[in-house]
Amino acid sequence: MRKPARLLWTALFLVAVFILVPLLIMASGRADLYYTFTSVALLSIASAGVWLTFYIGRINIGQGAFALMGGYVSAILVVTYGWSFWATIPAAGLFCAAASVLIGLPILRLRGVYFAMVTLVLTEVARLLALALPITNGAKGMVSIPSPGSLSLFGFTIIPDFATLKNPRLAFYLLAVTLMVLCFGIIYRLVHSRIGKLCQSLQQSEELASSIGVNIAYLRVVAYAVSSFFGGVAGAIFVAISQSIYPSSFTVTDSINFMLNCFLGGLGYVFGPMLGTLVLYFGWDLLFETGKFQLLIYSTAMIVLMLVLPNGLLSLGMGPKEGLKRGRTA
Amino acid sequence: MAALLDVSSLTKRFGGLVAVNDVSFSVREREILSIIGPNGAGKSTLFKLISSFLRPTSGEVRFKGESISNLAPHIAARKGVVRTFQETTIFKSMTVRDNVIIAHHLRSKASLLGFFVGTATARDDEAGFAASADDILDLVGLSPVAGEIAQNLPHGHLRALGIAIGLATNPSILLLDEPFAGMNHDETNRMIAMVRRLRDLGLTILLVEHDMPAVMKISDRIVVLNFGTKIAEGTPSEIQENEKVIEAYLGSEDEAIGL
Ligand SMILES: Nc1ncnc2c1ncn2[C@@H]1O[C@H](COP(=O)(O)OP(=O)(O)OP(=O)(O)O)[C@@H](O)[C@H]1O
Ligand SMILES: [Mg+2]
Repeated sequence: MRKPARLLWTALFLVAVFILVPLLIMASGRADLYYTFTSVALLSIASAGVWLTFYIGRINIGQGAFALMGGYVSAILVVTYGWSFWATIPAAGLFCAAASVLIGLPILRLRGVYFAMVTLVLTEVARLLALALPITNGAKGMVSIPSPGSLSLFGFTIIPDFATLKNPRLAFYLLAVTLMVLCFGIIYRLVHSRIGKLCQSLQQSEELASSIGVNIAYLRVVAYAVSSFFGGVAGAIFVAISQSIYPSSFTVTDSINFMLNCFLGGLGYVFGPMLGTLVLYFGWDLLFETGKFQLLIYSTAMIVLMLVLPNGLLSLGMGPKEGLKRGRTA
Repeated sequence: MAALLDVSSLTKRFGGLVAVNDVSFSVREREILSIIGPNGAGKSTLFKLISSFLRPTSGEVRFKGESISNLAPHIAARKGVVRTFQETTIFKSMTVRDNVIIAHHLRSKASLLGFFVGTATARDDEAGFAASADDILDLVGLSPVAGEIAQNLPHGHLRALGIAIGLATNPSILLLDEPFAGMNHDETNRMIAMVRRLRDLGLTILLVEHDMPAVMKISDRIVVLNFGTKIAEGTPSEIQENEKVIEAYLGSEDEAIGL
C-alpha cells in the first residue's frame, strides 16, 4: 500500500475504534457490548504475540501461560505490594518477557510439532503452578482486586480513578483499544523493518539465515519475548476488568484460540490476528443459540474455512503482502 | 603465498562412522581449491566443519591463524568464512532482490532497535544494501529476474542466487557445494567463468564438485577424499595421474555397476 492510502486507512480505523464503536454501543443501549469489544481487543493483543512467533516459523500454543502469568503479576503487585495498576502493565509484560527468555532458550531449538507440543504443555504447567504456589493463593484465586486508580504525570492527572467514573466500561474499552493500537503498531513496524525480513529468513531456512550471519538463537528469543510481553499485558488488563484471577482464568482452550485467531485471520497479514479474533469471538457467541451443537458447528466451520482459505480471511481482500504464505503443500 | 585457512588433523565421527578422518590441508589466498571424492567420501561433512555448522570430534580449522572450530556458524560467517548449500537453499517466498538484500545483514551498522525505530544509520544501511544488492545481481547475471519470487526461478538461476547470497555477506572465503550439479555444458561454462571472476575480485574459493572436467578446468589445486581420508593433494594434472585417485574412482565405478 502506498503512503497516503495507508494513512487514510489508519485514520479510518482509529475513528471507527475510538468514536464509531462507542457511539454505536450508546445508541444500541447495550452497555454489555463494551465488555465484548474490550475482550476482543485484549484477546487480539495476545493473538498478535502468537502471530509473531508464527512469523519466525514456530507454532505457539502457549500464550495462555503468559496471559495467566501477566494477570497474576499484576494482581500480586496491586494487592500484595500496593503498586499502582498502571505500573503493573509494563511490569507484567516485562516479567513475562523475562520468563519467556528463560523458557525460550532451550525450547526454541525445537521446531514444528515438537515446539507446539511443549508450548501446549506450558499452559498446563502455568495453571498447576498457580494452584501450587503460596503467593497466588491456590484454587481460591485472588478476588476483590481494586479497580485502576488515577494516573498522574508531573502533577497532571492523565487518567482519573476508575472507581470515580460514571462509565468505567467505556474507560476499560478505551484502555484496551489504545493498547491494541499500540501493539499492532509495534508489530506492523517490526514486520516492515529489517527485523521482519530477518524473522522471515528464520521461518524459511534457519540454516541459510545463520550462514549469512544471522544470530538465529538471539532473534528467536527476541521474537518470543515480544510475543510473551503482549500476552502478559493482555492478561494484566483482563484481571483489572474482572477484578479477580483464578488458575483457570486462562486455559489450554484459550491458548488454542489465540493460535486459531491467527490462522483464521491470516498468517501473512499483520492485522490477521485482529480480524481473526473478532470473527471467532462473535462467531462463537452467535452459535450459542444452537446449544449442544455449538462446538460441532464451530469446529466444522473452522475446518471448512481453513480448507477454502488456507491463507486466512484477509487473503480475500489482498494479495499476499507480508510474504508469509501457508501453501497447501508446504 | 601465505595460507588463509588451515585444516589440521580434522576428524568427525558420527557414532561408529568416521566421516572425516585426520584430514589436513591449507588454502592459500585467492586460490580455487576443489575437494573431490566418491559419494559419501565426507566432502559435505568437511565443508560443514570448516564453516562451523558442525563441531569436529578432534582437530581444528584456523582462519587467518585463529581457530574457528568451535564458533557458532553466524560468527564464522562474520569472520569471513561463508558457505553456500548443496541443496538449493534460498529464502523461497522472498523476491530475488530481497534474498540478496537480507544477506547483507553482516554489514549492518545499525542495531535491531535502530532498524525498528528507523534511525539515520539504519536508513543508510538499507540504501547501501539495496545498491550493493543490485551490483551483485548484475555480477551473477540475475538483474533481469530481480523482482521474481525466488521459488519460481529455474534451476540454474537458483544456483546463481545461492552464490549471490553468499557474496552479499562480503566473505573472504566462499565455500561452494556442488555449484555445477545438474547443469548442462553451457551453464557449467558460464558458472566456471563466474567463479573465476569472483576469484579475480579477490575471493578465495573452496568447492566440492563431482563434475570432473569442470573441476580440472577451474581448480588451482585439488584435494581428494576417500572414505573420509585425504588420499591426494595437488594440481589438476598431478591428480589426474595419481594412482590412488584412479583406484578410488575405479573402485566406486565398480560398485556403481554392481561388481
Ligand atoms: N549428520 C550425520 N549423521 C550421521 N552420518 C552422517 C551425517 N552426515 C553425514 N553422514 C555420513 O557421513 C558420510 C559422509 O557424508 P558426506 O555427506 O560428507 O559425503 P559427501 O562426500 O558429501 O557425499 P556426496 O558426494 O554424496 O555428497 C556418509 O556415509 C554419510 O552417511
Ligand atoms: Mg555432499
